[in-house]
Amino acid sequence: MKVLVAVKRVVDFNVKVRVKADQSGVELASVKMALNPFCEIAVEEAVRLKEQGIATEVVVVTVGSNAAQEQLRTALALGADRAILVEATDDLSSLTIAKALKAVVDKEQPRLVILGKQAIDSDNNQTGQMLAALSGYAQGTFASKVEVVGDKLNVTREIDGGLQSLELSLPAIVTTDLRLNEPRYASLPNIMKAKKKPLETLTPSALGVATTSTIKTLKVEAPAVRSAGIKVKTVAELIEKLKNEAKVI
Amino acid sequence: MTILVVAEYENGAVAPATLNTVAAAAKIGGDVHVLVAGQNVGGVAESAAKIAGVAKVLIADNAAYAHALPENVAPLIVELAKGYSHVLAPATTNGKNILPRVAALLDVDQISEIISVESADTFKRPIYAGNAIATVQSSAAIKVITVRTTGFDAVAAEGGSAAIEAVGAAHNAGISAFVGEELAKSDRPELTAAKIVVSGGRGMGNGDNFKHLYSLADKLGAAVGASRAAVDAGFVPNDMQVGQTGKIVAPQLYIAVGISGAIQHLAGMKDSKVIVAINKDEEAPIFQVADYGLVADLFEAVPELEKLV
Repeated sequence: MKVLVAVKRVVDFNVKVRVKADQSGVELASVKMALNPFCEIAVEEAVRLKEQGIATEVVVVTVGSNAAQEQLRTALALGADRAILVEATDDLSSLTIAKALKAVVDKEQPRLVILGKQAIDSDNNQTGQMLAALSGYAQGTFASKVEVVGDKLNVTREIDGGLQSLELSLPAIVTTDLRLNEPRYASLPNIMKAKKKPLETLTPSALGVATTSTIKTLKVEAPAVRSAGIKVKTVAELIEKLKNEAKVI
Repeated sequence: MTILVVAEYENGAVAPATLNTVAAAAKIGGDVHVLVAGQNVGGVAESAAKIAGVAKVLIADNAAYAHALPENVAPLIVELAKGYSHVLAPATTNGKNILPRVAALLDVDQISEIISVESADTFKRPIYAGNAIATVQSSAAIKVITVRTTGFDAVAAEGGSAAIEAVGAAHNAGISAFVGEELAKSDRPELTAAKIVVSGGRGMGNGDNFKHLYSLADKLGAAVGASRAAVDAGFVPNDMQVGQTGKIVAPQLYIAVGISGAIQHLAGMKDSKVIVAINKDEEAPIFQVADYGLVADLFEAVPELEKLV
């Protein structure tokens, strides 16, 4: 079966972002960008399904600027077969991205779509669920285990308080949680091979997707800073402070 | 304006997260209705009717809504949403799972994990793991929003007397089925609702050493959390994880033991009132946010702390 994986180009998770002085957003110029960590896990899962002989083709897709080609090449180096770039601006809402992905799903007809549970820039945690809604497919969010059994998908999900197991009809949408797998590194020969793999470029308008949105960001500020604390020398002093100064115990 | 709050519940009564979400709805202003969807949820609806400030409780009691499968619950909420200006749910795993599906079916953008209400259409929410706060405005006819529970003080669970009304036909999409669940058992307070949280990190060394934290927590009446490093190392189950990808907590007192203080962990606890860090590395970033820092070997400091409190 064909597996579609959606990925996103985001600020590298090790970067400590800074808010722009004019409050229009965060400083992204000359900041290291990378594949969103949850998307890496999604690619890894698709590649493992291919290695198990379950997936026949792994197609990776992103919606974003031309620069996101770099992240598509990374996904190809990790084992995806071909890539699709839906070229648009980088600040689209999750709903718009879900609509663009729905158009790609209609075109490609995958049996399984894997996304990360959330992107570490917007922290929205919406796109997979929205794509499932628009496609009318079942969703297995925050997946820590995925198993294809015939025309069903067994998914173990991380929920508040523990784990939940579901059985979904295929085609279905899965979003990955951290513990689904440990993504591999791309080897140099695979990075070279990835350069020759096909990469198709589409646009939202060609897919019939409007990019207007009902939400607008008015400003972006730095969070309130905590006032600097003190270092205590002994446990007794710590308890004294917690009891008499902070009054929390 | 009338606001629909999707209730979160456990053990036959509304969960604390519902009370924080009703508080957010009260800030928006207007009548607040609470939806209880599930199977055999009569008791939950009764507890929801007692919440202060709730005007009406809608109950959708049907086998299709058991276990909150989004394929079935989302169409129910969509059916009801038409009469509301806002649909709110707590940003729990259920809320995060169901609400974006509702938003997409209503063809509106969703605003995730708000931490404050500026006006009926403008909200603040953290982005980039809490390293920036965005103010966002929605022009959608129905505003679909998840609420970060630690951003709002819970309303009183008692004092209200709302009417309970049965609503909604059974929507059963038939494309998903509940198989089972495995819940971690704990006698301690729930992590996101606890007044005191004691968390351990990679510095704990192994899962067995968490017993030091458990006995300290029991003495303090605290919940026990963990960093992602401790979870990934297999010391403790993942539902104990505090951080951007785990639970967000904001207790009165947060005691971080053997936790370095990575960005992803800070995103989950930096709104705590008082933060204490116990770490033997005095350069650990956790000390930059800690109100009280103790540079010490945790295996000496924690038992001593337990003895003295």
